[in-house]
Amino acid sequence: MSVETIGKASATMPANQKLVIADCDIHPSPKSVEKEIFPFLEKRWRDHYQTYGMLLRQPYQAGPAYPKGQPDAARRDAYGPNGEKPGSDLEFMRKHHLDRYNIELGVLNPLKSGQGLQNPDFAAAYCKAINDWQIAEWTSKEARLKGSVCLPYEDAILSAKEIERRAGDPNFIQAFMLIRTSEPLGNRRYWPIFNACVEANLPLAVHAFGFGGTPVTGGGWPSYYTEDMVGHSQSAQSLVTSMVMEGVFERWPELKLIIVEAGFAWAPALSWRLDRIWAQNREELLHVKRPPSEYMADHIWYTTQPFEEPDRRGHLKDIFEWIGWEKLLFATDYPHWDFDDPTRIPLPRATDEQKQSFFIDNARSLYGV
Amino acid sequence: MAKHIAAKVMDIPPGERLSVEVQGRKIVIFNVAGEYFGLRDACPHMGGLLSEGVVIGLVEADRPGCYSYSRGGEIVRCPWHGWEFDLRTGKSRFDPNRWKTHSYDIEVGDVQQLEVETVDVTTEGEFVIVNL
Ligand code: FES
Repeated sequence: MSVETIGKASATMPANQKLVIADCDIHPSPKSVEKEIFPFLEKRWRDHYQTYGMLLRQPYQAGPAYPKGQPDAARRDAYGPNGEKPGSDLEFMRKHHLDRYNIELGVLNPLKSGQGLQNPDFAAAYCKAINDWQIAEWTSKEARLKGSVCLPYEDAILSAKEIERRAGDPNFIQAFMLIRTSEPLGNRRYWPIFNACVEANLPLAVHAFGFGGTPVTGGGWPSYYTEDMVGHSQSAQSLVTSMVMEGVFERWPELKLIIVEAGFAWAPALSWRLDRIWAQNREELLHVKRPPSEYMADHIWYTTQPFEEPDRRGHLKDIFEWIGWEKLLFATDYPHWDFDDPTRIPLPRATDEQKQSFFIDNARSLYGV
Repeated sequence: MAKHIAAKVMDIPPGERLSVEVQGRKIVIFNVAGEYFGLRDACPHMGGLLSEGVVIGLVEADRPGCYSYSRGGEIVRCPWHGWEFDLRTGKSRFDPNRWKTHSYDIEVGDVQQLEVETVDVTTEGEFVIVNL
């Protein structure tokens, strides 16, 4: 018999880690809205926040429409050493996430950022404050992190103004909105956003969730969070379909769209279906000149978290090939509970070049950093 | 099977857990009302530390709308994606035969009984022992 002394186990970096990583979906939060966001809000909006709160365009007004899988939708181990909210402490995020996984580029995607608020002026003021806060608390302190221009997207004119304000600012590498809009995103009311993105040379990232006021599935309000979670891929498919069919990509051939956290395995099947129906109804859509699959291939990138997990990872190989390894972007969703670990996702068999492109190079070339 | 001292009994009060490293293996030991259970401290899904998970009971539904709660304190929920594991067996709830984490045999004893020759920790009191 041997006797061991007591040793506390700790999380260590996986030994086989070689790649550097771009994480295209990290969620930062303020420790306190009053302390961190208020300095960037005019008094009028600070008062508004305290009097009326943040009224979203959704039927369930007390918090999210569905309870999350974990408190704060976060990994249970993502609270800071002094109980700081997940994603709210830069020093802890460095140790717990950036250093541990060798993350060289981290894209900040703030939620609860004023997007989807019913009051359009408050939405614009709050988004602007969140954008200022990203510089003050994050990107100016940590060069690996880059910000997203949060848009009050239901008002496209105000959104375009915010994009113009941030154009050319190296703190920001994309414009950012949520997937559940009031109307399908290809609708002309949103066009000023696309124009501004192209002028500012910023890709447009559209992240799961949102507050369009319409049900979270095409068939109404479901009962459970699990249904809400799989609903994102439905929302993404409606969004992509709308943007193709409304002629957005025909109108802005330089527009780059990133679908964030809404799955990707659905993309091939959607494109086949769209191609077939488009060919049969070409007269209806004379402005859609090319098969929908071509617009999708040219204009759309996908972040992969939450990763698809088929029983046999070989099933994903065809999907990666159809979409193109160069169009898939690794993301963790840190600190959220449905986090993907780069060393543990069931990536299909890949060459070193494919892995390198997926984990880092695609993001570098898309964002030009 | 070799026995290894992993902790002192007083380090793991009832309802608590302790993550230890024994011979290079990360093991989490749970005290469930005086019974000890040891699991490999890594979720088989993506490696979340089970020692950071919440311990819960078993909620089941025989049919829609009909719930039962049992085995309070005997299930750990992974801190990442929430897979549930039976502390007694290491088996996952959703697919027990396919997904499980290694479970270790744990006992309590004192060092004298085990006829240990050398030990770095104090030999006072009782120890939690892992069988490897
Ligand atoms: S790592 Fe434990 S459930 Fe995914």
